[in-house]
Amino acid sequence: MTEAVIIGVGLHPFGRFTGKTALDMGADAVRLALADAGVNWPQIQGGYIGSYEVANPDAIVARLGLTGVPLRGVFNGCATAGTSVALAARAIETGEHDLTIAIGLDKHPRGAFAADPSVAGIPSWYGQTGLFLTTHFFGMKINRYMHDHGISHETLARVAAKNFGNAARNEKAWRRTPLSVEEILASPVLNYPLRQYMYCGPDEGAAALVLCRADQAHKYTGKPVRIRSTALRSRRLGAFEVQSPSFPVGEVVASPTVDASREAYERAGIGPEDVDVAQLQDTDAGSEVIHMAENGLCKDGEQERLIAEGATEIGGRLPVNTDGGLLGNGEPIGASGLRQIHEIVLQLRGTAGDRQIPGTPRVGYTHLYGAPGVSAVTILST
Amino acid sequence: MTTTQIPVAEGLFTWPPDESTPLRLIGSECTGCGLVSFPAASDCVRCASTESKERLLAERGTLWTYTTQDFRPPSPPYDGPEAFEPYAVGYIELPGELLVEARLTEPDPDKLRIGQEMRLTLVPYTVRDDGTEVVTFAFAPAEEEAS
Repeated sequence: MTEAVIIGVGLHPFGRFTGKTALDMGADAVRLALADAGVNWPQIQGGYIGSYEVANPDAIVARLGLTGVPLRGVFNGCATAGTSVALAARAIETGEHDLTIAIGLDKHPRGAFAADPSVAGIPSWYGQTGLFLTTHFFGMKINRYMHDHGISHETLARVAAKNFGNAARNEKAWRRTPLSVEEILASPVLNYPLRQYMYCGPDEGAAALVLCRADQAHKYTGKPVRIRSTALRSRRLGAFEVQSPSFPVGEVVASPTVDASREAYERAGIGPEDVDVAQLQDTDAGSEVIHMAENGLCKDGEQERLIAEGATEIGGRLPVNTDGGLLGNGEPIGASGLRQIHEIVLQLRGTAGDRQIPGTPRVGYTHLYGAPGVSAVTILST
Repeated sequence: MTTTQIPVAEGLFTWPPDESTPLRLIGSECTGCGLVSFPAASDCVRCASTESKERLLAERGTLWTYTTQDFRPPSPPYDGPEAFEPYAVGYIELPGELLVEARLTEPDPDKLRIGQEMRLTLVPYTVRDDGTEVVTFAFAPAEEEAS
């Protein structure tokens, strides 16, 4: 089977851009990715485009050129971008196209996501009585995890401080003011044990990746980044997942992240010990802690020591969320996972500037998790 | 004077609870594989059977995990009072049945503990303009009830 490689990346800054539409941000990201790859829009043979807020994201062709390109809309919760890149890669792997694009764009209003519970297949009373909040799940999951595995409140604050510190080195990040562990621990509790500065926020932004057949990459770049595997899994019965009015007792099974991660490692022929840099879904500081273990990067409970030692900092043994992650960048859902891959591509090329990790990183890992229990993993290498 | 109370939804818990029909959550049990569900569901997510029977769930369990809600949730869908008072939510493990998510009567996280005994109750979570209280199910620390 033909292998897909990334030859171009483009990122519109994440944040708030009054007066600018999501489609315009997406078009900017596409132009950056095309320029990076050294190709023109008419050369693109097919693509996948993800958005939560934009009803017809393929309207972007009106800004880029009406070439007749098949552009398929994708939506899969917070795993949307993982789905877009997987499908763009699959189109190359199966020989359908030689040159494809994955695009993500979104423009969310301020504050926590609000929706009609019925769109998630959940009864109205669940929303009326104040249970329909994704943030509850994150608070409850890390509270239980801290109880079971000895994770401290200080460790949650260290994760947030690291990600805001990394974002301060990233000119395209939203939250660029470094915060100390003390400042984070002094911020108001929103959902115990999670505090204001331990959560990411919905915002605006866009990203794009240009992919081509590995055997043609030399025409465009000397530093292609290989897509070694992609995996997407939904929840199994018994897993503790977001927006669950109840779940079975005594059927404890792994989260979809564990399932997606195992499949991705297996397909790539790469193990967690080979990962040089990782981008993990940090909807909140607790999620980053849990996802380190769920993605096989450490054992449950080891995070307390690893984070205290600085292992996940830039310059540490296993840098996590070097561009600031979701905490530093916010989450425009359709674009978020492509932003993760953009960062890994810069790190593997050695062009991440102030954020560049030392040595010669060869393997990068990205992970998404979202409602109602879906996870996507992409493993990349030089 | 008695305040009029109505349940937030029909079929969620026994209503009105009294001595002959004490307060219980109304779940279901798959007639194929026995999987217990709440709220009651006709379709089984384990064996794909479409047949089930009603099952009243245990009124006591243990707190599996919890969190607090310290800001007013977006409305809609939340229809609690404008004057927001923080509350807590958690999952209560009903042994041999399921883990159910519910509001907790104790809002202070320092007074909650994973593993503590909890007991089913009702809370008026909002009051309509005509004074009608809308009630939903909640769990209270069992020791508090006893004192």
